[in-house]
Amino acid sequence: MIRTFTAAAAALLLSTSVASAAEIDPAVVFDMGGKFDKSFNEGVFNGVEKFKKETGISYREFEVTNETQREQALRRMAQRGADPVVGVGFAQAPAIEKVAKEFPDTRFAIIDAVVDLPNVRSVVFKEHEGSFLVGMIAALKSESGKVGFVGGMDIPLIRKFACGYEQGAKHVNGSAEVLQNMTGTTPAAWNDPTRGSELAKSQFGRGVDVVYAAAGGTGIGVYQTAKDSGKLAIGVDSNQNHLQPGTMLTSMLKRVDVAAYNAFKDANDGNWSAGIQVLGLAEDGVGWALDENNKDLISADIMAAVEAASADIVAGKLSVHDYMSDNSCTY
Amino acid sequence: MAAAPGKIPRWVDVALIPLVNIALAFLVSGVILWTIDVNPLTALETILFGAFGYDEAIGYTLYYTTNFVFTGLAVAVAFHAGLFNIGGEGQAYIGGLGVGLGILLMDSSLPFLLILPISILLSAAFGAAWAAIPAYLQAYRGSHIVITTIMFNFIASALMVYLMVNVLIQPGSMSPESREFAPQGQLPFMHEVFGWFGLEVTRSPLNLSVVWAAICCVLVWAFIWRTRWGYEIRTVGANETAGVYAGIDPRRVIVLAMCVSGALAGFVGINEVMGVHHRLLLNFTAGYGFTGIAVSLMGRNHPIGIVLASLLFGMLYQGGAELAFEEPKVTRELVVTIQGLVILFSGALAYMMKRPIERAYLRIAGGFQRPAEQEG
Amino acid sequence: MSDPRPRQQDGADRPASEAQSPPAIELRDIDKSFGPVRANKNVCLSVRPGAIHGIIGENGAGKSTLMSILYGFYEADRGEILIGGKQTRIRSSRDAIAAGIGMVHQHFMLVDNMSVVENIMLGAESGAILTSSVAAARAELERLERDYNLDVDPDALAGELPVGQQQRVEILKALYRGAEILILDEPTGVLTPQETEQLFRILDSLRKQGVTIVLITHKLREIMAVTDDVSVMRGGEMIAHRSTAETSKEELAELMVGRKVLLSIDKQAPQAGATVLAVEDLSFVDRAGVPRVDKVSFAVRAGEIVGIAGVSGNGQSELLELLSGIKPITSGGFSLMGERFSAGRSLDPAAMRDLKVAHVPEDRLRSGLVRTFAAEESAILGYHRDPAYTGRIFMDRDAIQQDCARKMADFDVRPQNPNLKTANFSGGNQQKLVLAREISRDPRLLLVGQPTRGVDIGAIEFIHRNIVSMRDAGSAVLLVSVELDEIMSLSDRILVMFEGRIVGEVPAHEANERLLGLMMANAAPERSGVAG
Repeated sequence: MIRTFTAAAAALLLSTSVASAAEIDPAVVFDMGGKFDKSFNEGVFNGVEKFKKETGISYREFEVTNETQREQALRRMAQRGADPVVGVGFAQAPAIEKVAKEFPDTRFAIIDAVVDLPNVRSVVFKEHEGSFLVGMIAALKSESGKVGFVGGMDIPLIRKFACGYEQGAKHVNGSAEVLQNMTGTTPAAWNDPTRGSELAKSQFGRGVDVVYAAAGGTGIGVYQTAKDSGKLAIGVDSNQNHLQPGTMLTSMLKRVDVAAYNAFKDANDGNWSAGIQVLGLAEDGVGWALDENNKDLISADIMAAVEAASADIVAGKLSVHDYMSDNSCTY
Repeated sequence: MAAAPGKIPRWVDVALIPLVNIALAFLVSGVILWTIDVNPLTALETILFGAFGYDEAIGYTLYYTTNFVFTGLAVAVAFHAGLFNIGGEGQAYIGGLGVGLGILLMDSSLPFLLILPISILLSAAFGAAWAAIPAYLQAYRGSHIVITTIMFNFIASALMVYLMVNVLIQPGSMSPESREFAPQGQLPFMHEVFGWFGLEVTRSPLNLSVVWAAICCVLVWAFIWRTRWGYEIRTVGANETAGVYAGIDPRRVIVLAMCVSGALAGFVGINEVMGVHHRLLLNFTAGYGFTGIAVSLMGRNHPIGIVLASLLFGMLYQGGAELAFEEPKVTRELVVTIQGLVILFSGALAYMMKRPIERAYLRIAGGFQRPAEQEG
Repeated sequence: MSDPRPRQQDGADRPASEAQSPPAIELRDIDKSFGPVRANKNVCLSVRPGAIHGIIGENGAGKSTLMSILYGFYEADRGEILIGGKQTRIRSSRDAIAAGIGMVHQHFMLVDNMSVVENIMLGAESGAILTSSVAAARAELERLERDYNLDVDPDALAGELPVGQQQRVEILKALYRGAEILILDEPTGVLTPQETEQLFRILDSLRKQGVTIVLITHKLREIMAVTDDVSVMRGGEMIAHRSTAETSKEELAELMVGRKVLLSIDKQAPQAGATVLAVEDLSFVDRAGVPRVDKVSFAVRAGEIVGIAGVSGNGQSELLELLSGIKPITSGGFSLMGERFSAGRSLDPAAMRDLKVAHVPEDRLRSGLVRTFAAEESAILGYHRDPAYTGRIFMDRDAIQQDCARKMADFDVRPQNPNLKTANFSGGNQQKLVLAREISRDPRLLLVGQPTRGVDIGAIEFIHRNIVSMRDAGSAVLLVSVELDEIMSLSDRILVMFEGRIVGEVPAHEANERLLGLMMANAAPERSGVAG
């Protein structure tokens, strides 16, 4: 009896949705940061908004508020007939794995993690490569030979950023000093601009003149402080050069928007593929930002050096150590 | 000499006033929904249907309820000793750590029937230990327990992050999570349990720990009202001077009550770590420890009240998520606002309506007695 | 609003009414119910202007409700209030003040860290700028102090004044607001005998200045000492009006309780036996370094009652707490049936109970009972570990309940309901419950503090009889009380305490109020005790 009831309820709800046969019915499940986190989730949001604008196809969305809701939301999307369903962030990997098994006919995509199932597309990035390049830029630009890193929450992913950054800096200046601070150990560290500002100040006080923030909303404080102190800062994930024009040296780009956009677009165009997509420099999944706001800061020499290193990495001549391959930054 | 107040029956205090408070919270929520062009009645229907309308929804609601029962009981036991335990969150977190560590060590060698009681003991012991430190500081050093328990939430959180990021993380894993427990280290889901009896129920995170929560309600009731330790806890909580007069050492009572309280909060770990996630991870407490304070206040620190209040909050969590799911205009922040309003009205402002309601009751009751004389 | 109804149950004798001037206060058929409880039933009262009118009754007789109606805390369900012959509707304390009524509450409503002037102005400031009103208030205050002989330092902090002076500030507050009618609710409950005497002198001089005073009390002695007229309430009804000169303590007591009451105790000469308690140089120094009990030595033998008289706050409370194991001994010690306790040997109340020391604490609500507990739970406080009440894990509810019911029957605790919340019993019944708990275990030593504080007159008699019968059964009894009547009528020997020391001993038959009063104040300036 309960089942009939559920079925009836589901049917009722389905009939109210406007999905027509020709169009896909995509869905996205944002993670705890929320879709306006100025960082990762927002990148995904921008990607799916772009898809919506281009195709006119609207999507379902949900922002989870606790661990258990991830699975619940993904399952609910699949039950409602959404396809494809995009999960944002590595934390959703176990949930995607469970739900994708229950709904083998639904296509899932997970960003920033690998779920090895025939109906799941896994998109991961080589953040260390992008960080390597901005580390190079930082060290080349630095006059003191000291560059800084402000991480968000202390987790392996952020250490991966830091490790790549450190390698890049040392690549151009073997004696470069890389000062690293993590903002905190709780998720609050993703959104603590005050603390970010304090950390940046302290690094500047110790002689740092370029600081790279991989810290979500916390970065806003870092960038502001860099501007106030006349130092340089490097943004992360999306192009944040516009936030403080003139003192934003560059931004390390991680194209989660592209990953999300592509997942919807490929499904809509009939080009869907499952499996792992590792997006590095070669695939244009990571990179560094050059635009109106920072073009005066990047000299031709820097540009040339970075372009060369980038080519070497793409060609495999230069390899950047991935912190998460062995949970250590020894290279 | 206090002037003898009129007799207010108990049901006014324990049932009518909470119901009025909830109604007020929903009323204010309704106004907010109305201003963003969401029909409040439809929203209420969505919440109710989303929380109780079908078996999966009930499963989720009861799953949340389980957590709230544990943390609500925890706050209540401390409250009977006159202590405000704000540290349920941290105690739950550390309780979960105990469960996780134990299962990671045991699940390859011991059968489920041994792992289960050991895990329950571990969650209790870890949670109790985490509560015992602030308790000791309060009892023997005079540090205020509200401050220390809050501090201990932060310490618990930092400790967990450190352990998860540096020690317990599954090698090669992106997120700071331990490996998944082997099947004998997993508490069966209720849909699996029903499955054993041939009943088919949609899957939900509801697991056997809901049964343990029910048992804990009975145990806590018996402990507080039927044992001499409970008697001593209540004596010290109600009147510490009388406790000293009666030869009860308030310091020992404080430590005892907090240990029991911490153990109960630690059981959240059974539900979350052993029952739902089957691995050790970060942030599984998700604020349940804090909500437990509201649950306990609303439930008048009695297990029956706590069960009802937990159901209400379970409904708000699950129904609220459904509302955000169904109604794009309702963001998760708004859902939190609605939950917050219920906490505000039934917790912080719990006694705001007490006087008016009692006065209204007396007027009505008095009217029944002397209908003819009822006038100015 | 409503016509005067025919009085259905008015057996009251009406005081001779003054033809020339209308009564200062006239209450007609006041009726007030709280739910099913009818706190005032058709109460009528007439108070002559410029008189001190006592209202006497047991706790719960409806006195406070009546005065709360007069002062606007409650509105009567029915009835009329006439002030100075004018019908007046009093719906709030503001209305009452406007009608010239001032009230001095049992518990003072002063802001401790404000000066006397500031307290007096509080709520009656004339504008937002305080400096000018302070000056005006000070002048007015000085005038009032002069006119009514009320001497208080206007700049002293209220919290630092002795209790008696705080009460004067309350009276001044009422007068400052223009009160011509002053209601005092149990004003002597917190005062020393000296302070009580002074209060009565103040009331007398207020009366001479034409102030009408309503004095609510349950103490017969006070009624007889200061009032002109007296009205008696019982069970929510006004049952009698008398002119004080034409009545007696015995008659009033009988009217209050509804039956004959024995005001003095018949007791046999003591049959003192072996020494039970021998106190030697016992001292206790508090945290601030003040010696509260200072080298006290005395003995109590089986079969005698030793009373300790003294103004409250002179170390009697601490002495009881030392002997019952609540406070640690600083130096010296005591022997209990040969067993010695001194500074080195820490003891706790549970251990003392095991040695058959029973303790009726001075403040039963603060330490003797738990208000929120059922009576049966309060009735085992301190004995809750007794195997008679508890097994290995669970308490034996049936045994506890039966035990409580038995105690209630033996000690006439009403209502006889072990499940009723402790707070719902009257003061006297609460005290009987404590007494029942402590006495029913045949203690070798019974420590009793203020056994009849806040207790109805009918219960006092009962409690006193029980203490004496404990003595006759061979217990050693140590009695601490600030009521000299009580000390004198119960004790076989009387010790007087002052500033932590024992300053004298008097055999009961040689004691009288004057002698004890002198000893209690002996080396003391007037009013020392409370601020201590």
